Order: sequence, then structure tokens, then C-alpha cells
Amino acid sequence: MDFAAVIRVALRALGRNKMRTILTMLGIIIGVGAVICTVAIGEGASNQIQESLRNLGDNIVFVSAGSVNHGGVHMGSAATKTLTVADAIAIGQQIPLMVRISPGVGASAQLVYGNQNWYTHVRGVAPAYFQIRRWPVQEGGIFTQHDVDSSADVCVIGLTVVQNLFGDENPLGKTIRVQSLPFRVIGVLAPKGQSPFGQDEDDTIIIPYTTVQKKIAGISWVNFIMGSASSQETIKPAQAQIAGLLRERHHLRPDEDNDFMVSSPTDLAETQAQSGRIMTLLLASIASVSLLVGGIGIMNIMLVSVTERTREIGVRMAVGATEQDVQMQFLSEAVVLSLLGGTVGVLGGVAGSMAVSSMLNWPTRVLPEAIGVAVLFSAAVGIFFGYYPARKAARLDPIDALRYE
Amino acid sequence: MPEEMVQSRPENEIAASPSGAVIYADNLHKTYFLGEVQVHALRGVSLSIARGEFVAIMGASGSGKSTFMNLVGCLDRPTRGRYLLEGQDVSKLNNKELAGIRNRKIGFVFQGFNLLSRTSALENVELPLIYSGVPHQQRIERALEALRAVGLEGRESHHPAQLSGGQQQRVAVARALVNSPSIILADEPTGNLDSRTSVEIMEVFQRLNKERSITILLVTHEPDIALYAKRVVTFKDGKVRRDAPVDDPLDAGEVFRTLPALDQDEEEDKD
Repeated sequence: MDFAAVIRVALRALGRNKMRTILTMLGIIIGVGAVICTVAIGEGASNQIQESLRNLGDNIVFVSAGSVNHGGVHMGSAATKTLTVADAIAIGQQIPLMVRISPGVGASAQLVYGNQNWYTHVRGVAPAYFQIRRWPVQEGGIFTQHDVDSSADVCVIGLTVVQNLFGDENPLGKTIRVQSLPFRVIGVLAPKGQSPFGQDEDDTIIIPYTTVQKKIAGISWVNFIMGSASSQETIKPAQAQIAGLLRERHHLRPDEDNDFMVSSPTDLAETQAQSGRIMTLLLASIASVSLLVGGIGIMNIMLVSVTERTREIGVRMAVGATEQDVQMQFLSEAVVLSLLGGTVGVLGGVAGSMAVSSMLNWPTRVLPEAIGVAVLFSAAVGIFFGYYPARKAARLDPIDALRYE
Repeated sequence: MPEEMVQSRPENEIAASPSGAVIYADNLHKTYFLGEVQVHALRGVSLSIARGEFVAIMGASGSGKSTFMNLVGCLDRPTRGRYLLEGQDVSKLNNKELAGIRNRKIGFVFQGFNLLSRTSALENVELPLIYSGVPHQQRIERALEALRAVGLEGRESHHPAQLSGGQQQRVAVARALVNSPSIILADEPTGNLDSRTSVEIMEVFQRLNKERSITILLVTHEPDIALYAKRVVTFKDGKVRRDAPVDDPLDAGEVFRTLPALDQDEEEDKD
């Protein structure tokens, strides 16, 4: 029998019991649909995490002043004075894996413009910071190394600050007061939205770090050093090298803890993505249990069908069907059944994830690979669960089969 | 394949098979093992049937005639003895080879018609051709020709449920005929039919036998049906008890003409 004939015979046999066929397929449809849907939701979520990770900055390595252990008493990181601008320069010069470096000083301050005021987070950084964070200005410009060297009173402000201080007014060139010091607004940052950790990134004012050190915070050390590694892959080795360099520079004995922390927001986001993947995997495996149940349903129906059609099998054998022919016939019926179910399930899964997207506002992404795997898997279910009934049919003795009532 | 096999075993053909014999059974034994009990269904049957013969097999149930038919139909293998079909020893073939032999050399007609339900007459007749790999167009032509031969032109697309018993059996005969087999084996073909329809079916068999020289082997327990054959073989206790030609076989066509005509209504019913 040629392939087309085999498929035609299978379709015809399935068409004879439409209700039964549909109910049997339902198991596979639900299974495949559920798998496609959960994978699409999980993929959408992890996609979102990747997106926000990219938004965070360019292969960021973050060094913060860490807690110091003074005779058993842990001090807060703000009390640590050992992280310096010189450390930042040393990292930039001695660790080639780091392509950009900016020291950073953080403070909170009251901003005043006209009769408006706004309490926000002040960041004192170098010009490289804007590149490290992939954070361009949408209007005006950023400050220069010259501004840093001269501790200039210039600032770049985020959109939230603009809205709260200026309303509809154009802030460029205006002067705002930060703790009674006048600063000229030279740029407005492009909107960045929420950080992966839930903060409003646009609620900030960025000033040369030297200015913050000398005129606002009154300190000589820095709170953090931020930099970009040359690539995603070099983040980890760069972190290790920075730790080594800083331990050396801070003269730490081998038994002493670090007085700084080297981290990467990628770590955190990775962890998030990882737990999301585990969740997806879990849900998908629960969903695939129903594929298994669907497969058992196919096997059950095929066994019933073989029994019902014992005489037909006998007739086919009498007129010359070989065991392989009979086996092929029933196996192809099972496979057509599960493949049809798989195809409908894929359509249902895609429709379902689109519904989830539009109704619950969750990001979803249907991977072509997931569709391929689902279809292949349903075919495999058909072969696996169709094999035994088909074998049973093929093993029938034609004499007994012809006599079967 | 069968030609090759014959060539590879020339001694079979020459030494054992009388020339012209379609069926040559030599001391066939068949023993079934039902648990501890041995059932000797055939105890040494030797029979030779030549091309173009029309043989009726008779015997009580348990006489071994069904077992013999299963062996002749290549549905089963003998425990002992040899069976040559057109000179080819088929008693040692495996299941796949037997399926091929059934497909090309044997046409079955059963008591219960055994047509595939919800499948058109044409497709039922086509069935053996599907398994012998005949291309689609040719299948249809040959199936139509077989249906014409049994007088069923115009009923190709009818399903078995839409046909009378006699017509269903004629579809079965067409199916048995379509692969031009060496022999047609009919197992109680009139068992489920009334006497008038039985005569119709016998007429088809006689015509095929006469016009196409098709060898026919017919199992029946009705003596008046056996009279349409040219030779009657009677089985008893697993052996051939009597093997005799029929002196003056009935002509089904003539018998049919002597039957009282049906009412118009009944005629309609039949269609």
C-alpha cells in the first residue's frame, strides 16, 4: 500500500466514528494546547526580563562599598570610606576586561525650582555613566570630563523630576537649587521607566561626582564604582579580577572579609529568569501529563477499534494484507489521530496565548520550536500508544478473525 | 516471486504435481493442540484438482472440510504432508509469503459475505488490488470489470447496506475475481441466501467456471447446491470418504428459468 492510500484509509476509518474521534483527540488537543500556552507565557516573561536586563545597562559590573567588620561589629556600607576614586582609576587602567568605568556617589537631596520642590536621589558620576547605563539624553547634553575636573554646578535630570519641578516648562538652561546650591540644567534624560527591582529610574538628578563629593555630601570617598565589561562573557572574570585588585589595594589579609561588594545586576536578573524557567518547566510538565493521558486514551480507543474490526482485519488478511499492512493501517490511524489533535492543539495553544496576552496583559511569545516539538511529540505519542493495538491487530490469526462474531 | 520459487524447486513440479493440477494435496495432516488434548482435524487427505474444475466439498461439521479449506486457502499450514498450489509447495511458506499467495492466487467467498461496511462496492472489490500494489486508475478499471462480470454494473457506489443479500454476495464474488486468481474458494456461499438467490449465485459461479475456466472449490452442506458442481468430494473424520463426478450437473441458468416468477413488488424489493 502506498503512503497516500494508508493515510486515506486512516482518515476514512476515523471519519466513521466522528464523535469518538473528536473525544479521543481532545486529550491530545488539551495537552498540546496547554504546553504551547504555558511555554508561551514563560517565554514571554523571560523575554521581558531579558529586555529589562538590557535596559539596565551595558554588561554592568557594580562595585559597592561593603560592610566592614570592626572587631565583630558590622558597620553599614555608607560608613565604609575605603572605596575611592583612585580605586576606580586603577580598575580602569589595570583590568582590560573593563571598558568603561565611573565612580559614583549617591545622596538624597531636596530640589527647588521656583515655588516647586522635589525630594529625590542624587547621583554623582563620571560622563561614562551615561554609556554604561545606555542612557542617552532626549534633550540638551551631558556634562564632560572638564565639568568633573572643575566640579561644575551642572546637572542632567530625569523625566519625573522635570514633571514635578517644571510641569510643561522647558527645563533646559534653567537653574535649580540642590540643597541651596544653584545648578544649571544642561540635559533631560530619555525615559527609562521602572528598574527590574521596581524603582522609578527617571526620578533622579545626575551631577559630576566631584561636585557631589565636595559640595553636597562632603566626603572624599565614593559609594560605588560602576563599569561595563567588554562582553556578557567577561562579566564574571572581570568581577573576580576587580575583587583581587581591590583586596590588594585595600591591603586585606587573606583572613579578612572584603570591605566592598562586586556584583552584577545580571546575576539578579539571571536568578529571576532562572526561577521563571523552572516555573515554566514545571507548568509545561504538568501540562504534558495530559498529553500522556491523551495518549492512553488513544491506546484505549484503538484497542476497542481493533476488537470491533476483527472481522475486517480477517477479510483484509484473506485478500492478501500482510501483518505489516495491518500494523501500518492501525498505527497510521493512531498517528493521524494524534497528529490531527496536535495540530488543533497548536492552533488552540496559539489562540490561548494570544487571549492571555490581550485579556491578562501578560507578555507571551509562541516559539516556533515549541510548535515543532509539540507536533513531533504528539506524533510520538501516536506511535507509542498506537503500537501495541496495531501489533495486536497484526498478530490476529486470519481464520479466527474471519470467524469472529 | 512465485515463478522464481517454482524455478528454484523444479523437482516439486515435475515429480509430485500431475500436469495441470491447480491443487495437489499429498497426505495432508492437521493436528490442533488444545491444551493436553490433540485434535486430529485432518488424517491424511490426498486430492488433486485440475484447472477448470468445479468441485463441491461436503461433509458434516467436524469432518475436516473447513480445516482443509483453510489449508487450501493458505490461511493455515499443514502439520504434515505437502500442498502444491499450481506446482508451488506452499506448505512451508511464512506468513508474509502466504499473504502474497492469497492475494494473487486465491479468491475467497464467505457465507457472511464479509464486505467492509460503509465502503462502496467498488472499493470493496478494489481491496485485493490495493495490497498487490496496482496503481489507482488500473484498480478502478479492473474492479469495474469484475463488477460487470457478476452483473452489478451501475451499483459501484452502493454500500453493502444498500444492497440485497444476493447482490452483496455478488460483490464478494467480484472481489474474489478481481486479481484473476488460480482458484476461487467459496465457503457456504449460499448459506445466508434464500433458494432463489442461491440459484442466482450458482449461476454466476457456473458462468465464471465455463466462460473463464476459473477453478472453483465450493464448500456446502446442501446436497442440491452440490449438484451444480461437476465433482463432489465428501469428507468424514478428517479423510476423503467419497470422491465422484456429478453425472449430470444442474444448469443454474435453466433452473432459474423454471422457478416461479416473482411478484412485481418482490422484484422491486430485491433491488
